[in-house]
Amino acid sequence: MAHLLEVKDLRVAFRTEDGLVQAVDGVSFSLDAGEVLSVVGESGSGKSVTAMTLLGLTRSPNSSVEGSAVLDGTELVTASEETLRHIRGAKAAMIFQDPISALNPVQRVGDQVVEQIRAHDRVSRKAAMDRAVNLMERMGIPRARERARAFPHEFSGGMRQRVMIAMALSCSPRLLVADEPTTALDVTIQAQILAEIEDLRRETGVAVILVTHDLGVVAEVADRVVVMYGGRVVEEGALVDIFEDPQHPYTWGLLGSVPRVDRARPERLPTIAGQPPSLLHPPRGCHFAPRCPHAFAQCQDVPPLKARVDGQSGHLDRCWLDVADKRKLRLIGNDIGLAATQAASEHRDLPPDRSQELTQP
Amino acid sequence: MIARDIPFTHAPEDADGEAQPSAGLGPYRLALRRLRRNHVALGFAGLFLLILICCLCAPLYASAIAHTGPNAEHLTQTINVGGRTVDVVSLQGIPIGPTWHSRFLLGADSNGEDVAVRLLYGGRTSIIIGGTATLITMVLGVAAGVVAGYFRGMVDGILSRVLDLIWSYPVVLLGVALGTVLALTGLHIGPVVLKGTSLMVPACIIGFVFIPYVAKPIRGQVLSLREKEFVDAARSLAAGHLRVMVSEILPNLSSTIVVFVPLMIANAILLEAGLSFVGAGVQPPNPSWGNMISDGLQYISTTPGLVLAPAIMLVLAVLGINVFGEGVRDALDPRAQIRIEH
Amino acid sequence: MGRFIVRRLFSMLVVLFLLSVLTFLIFQVIPNGNPALRLAGRTATPQTIAAISRTWGFDQPIWTQYLITMHKIFTGSVISYNQQLNVFSQIKAGLPATLSLAIGAGIIWLFFGVLLGLLSALRAGKFVDRVLAILALGGISTPSFVIGAVLLYLLAYRTNVFPNTGYVSITDPLGWFYHLLLPWITLAILFIGLYSRVLRSNILDTINDDYVRTAKAKGLSRRRVIVRHVLRNSLIPVVSLFGLDFAGVLGGGTILVETVFNLNGVGQYAQQSIAALDVPPVLVITMLGGFAVVIFAALVDIVYAVLDPRIRLAS
Repeated sequence: MAHLLEVKDLRVAFRTEDGLVQAVDGVSFSLDAGEVLSVVGESGSGKSVTAMTLLGLTRSPNSSVEGSAVLDGTELVTASEETLRHIRGAKAAMIFQDPISALNPVQRVGDQVVEQIRAHDRVSRKAAMDRAVNLMERMGIPRARERARAFPHEFSGGMRQRVMIAMALSCSPRLLVADEPTTALDVTIQAQILAEIEDLRRETGVAVILVTHDLGVVAEVADRVVVMYGGRVVEEGALVDIFEDPQHPYTWGLLGSVPRVDRARPERLPTIAGQPPSLLHPPRGCHFAPRCPHAFAQCQDVPPLKARVDGQSGHLDRCWLDVADKRKLRLIGNDIGLAATQAASEHRDLPPDRSQELTQP
Repeated sequence: MIARDIPFTHAPEDADGEAQPSAGLGPYRLALRRLRRNHVALGFAGLFLLILICCLCAPLYASAIAHTGPNAEHLTQTINVGGRTVDVVSLQGIPIGPTWHSRFLLGADSNGEDVAVRLLYGGRTSIIIGGTATLITMVLGVAAGVVAGYFRGMVDGILSRVLDLIWSYPVVLLGVALGTVLALTGLHIGPVVLKGTSLMVPACIIGFVFIPYVAKPIRGQVLSLREKEFVDAARSLAAGHLRVMVSEILPNLSSTIVVFVPLMIANAILLEAGLSFVGAGVQPPNPSWGNMISDGLQYISTTPGLVLAPAIMLVLAVLGINVFGEGVRDALDPRAQIRIEH
Repeated sequence: MGRFIVRRLFSMLVVLFLLSVLTFLIFQVIPNGNPALRLAGRTATPQTIAAISRTWGFDQPIWTQYLITMHKIFTGSVISYNQQLNVFSQIKAGLPATLSLAIGAGIIWLFFGVLLGLLSALRAGKFVDRVLAILALGGISTPSFVIGAVLLYLLAYRTNVFPNTGYVSITDPLGWFYHLLLPWITLAILFIGLYSRVLRSNILDTINDDYVRTAKAKGLSRRRVIVRHVLRNSLIPVVSLFGLDFAGVLGGGTILVETVFNLNGVGQYAQQSIAALDVPPVLVITMLGGFAVVIFAALVDIVYAVLDPRIRLAS
């Protein structure tokens, strides 16, 4: 059974004036047609870099990309610029976080969509414009033909993002990569955009990679979830498994930090203590260990990503703890969460609060 | 390895998505480190310093080596060159070329004055004027920019109009206009009286002319700084306007100011040379690289050294400080957000 | 768009008025000294000074003086007392040379500045870029009159490749071109250096902008991304800069080059007047020069608004 997209051991590093930054450190996942895969993580986790690398947007003299990403039989990592150019916008399309800066401010919106269409299909300007207007209408932009002559700053945030989606879908791609498409929008618009994406998936069977840091968004649309931390995948599985039986402390922290309306208001909002690791001088072993209240001696070795839960063969994680221990440790009261760092001293072998030690060079 | 070439990188981001410098170094230490690595910029800075020191030592050179002053004419004299006695200025009016000896090292000009001595004195003049003008520009420009940006409203309206007005004049033209006018009559501002021939007159003019080029960008920065919370915080602590401007806003402008200084010095020296060349700057008989070039232009076919010597010095000095200025800018502001609007 | 133009033109008129007042103040009212003396110049006789006082109205209140001065300037009746010549007719005589110099140099510097800027940006960090950077810095650091003098010496006196000096009217196109080539190059070098650096910097900033990334993600060809998105957006500020610089050159920036090459244009006329400390011509030229800049600045703003639609809303 061939997947639409198969990513194996993707590594992306950047040379900066301070040294080598390993932004993506061995990421693997697969995606089938019509599936929505959500990549979750905080800033600096490598999720955006992973997404952009799929379309070859991180190629530069100062970057090195290794590993494999095969889209419908074509290897993307080593593909020539020419090959990639044909794939971008046509087979795989991307939408970005901030639509105001992602659209050319001095070019009319309709022209920007037409540009993409004509880059891949040999049609006349008029035909391309008709198609563009059509797409914009389907995306819910009123008076599309008129609005196509407007400039990006004349649209509201939600409308701009719809234009971007219309643009991305103009050549019927098989893969849509959405990099935090709703982060810059307010919550009500966010719901609309997500609904659009859901509709698209249903109508066209396009596969979606949705990069986000917002678990609410994940719960809305994802089929499967990949959790990234410090450049690595720390947990991966079906939506239900991740939310109901999370296996990695970081995931517990993420889930635990979501404010709940169906519970009493806490005195303080729960957070994950500490800072994300420096990718310049990453800690030895598990990248999350410095912040993990349950870390122990073995965490000095990098845990392999594998399925550890019986009956959930698609549910992988990177944590040395036993499954039974995990199910106990992750409960704070009745809910899933990450214990505060002070609780670390409860667990074996490690002195409390090693976060300082392990993140400084 | 130029960080600028990397599309998506540099240092890892913290939780707010802001780029962190490598652990521990503040922005100035980082800039200093980058500057120290920039050998080219440092080399040219050294060149400028060398020229500066030589020129400031002009009186020393004049008395100890050349035994003559910058304005001392030796039209009718002769000197001993390699055993032969030669007229300083020949009967046809052609001055002597470089002797490569202590007297008239680089030759003489049409008035029999020692070119090398005038060169050093001229440099001294040009650099002093350039430095003073820059001081005037920076002090008044920053003050105007901060006041306009901070108070906004009518104060800003008036100040901006005035700045725009001055800015509307092509720099050379305004300098020339003021120079011509003031050369005749000197400058009286309150208790300060300057004669038409004083060196401070061109310095004031040049300093004045460049004010908008500093004030406008600074005003822009202050306008955006003002929106930031720390200003409100300071005000809420009942800090007076002056206090807020000096202790909150000014420090945040320091990197802009530091980038501007070498650029302004270079521009001031160039403008002074231009004005003096045209006759609206340093008045004869005081030497300046600019008026030495214009004097020497007539003799360019016979004695090109009269033009070449001050020209080369001028270019080297300005180049030195320009390259250094670029280095400072690269170190402090690698994404080049601070620019002089012409 | 129409309202924008009207507003801009109105504001231009206001500035022109203020400019005339300022120029007037500089020349007539700067404290100390008899303005009549200043106008009369170094070689004035008491009678001349008295006559000047009368015709220019220095015994009258300031606003009358202002009106008289403006009237004189704009009816072309300002006279240089040193030379006993009508300033306006002298300016008219010098205009063709100055215009030829400015326009020719403008075309050259715009073309080469953009070309070299693009080249430096595309090869950023490589050898070509470094060489161009040094050349640009050299160009910026060397005053135009020095370049002119050196070129003149090397190519005209030493080797006779180019004629010494002088302006030849356009009625003799070959001669006109031949005589203007060196002055064009001289004037253009500074700006080529400046523009190539500005464009390079703009391009490098634009290349990192999000919409360029989007353009790439759309599968557009590299050429299209660079020309239609990067270059077009980077050029917009350069256009506005060019408008202002050109106005500045036209308005008096040609002084130095004209003097070196003896082109007898308006700039050289200004220079001769300055050297003789003959104020009336300098007064008129300064006023007209300032006007040229302000008018051009308004035109440039309007063109900018056409190119960058965000501006239309902003003001």
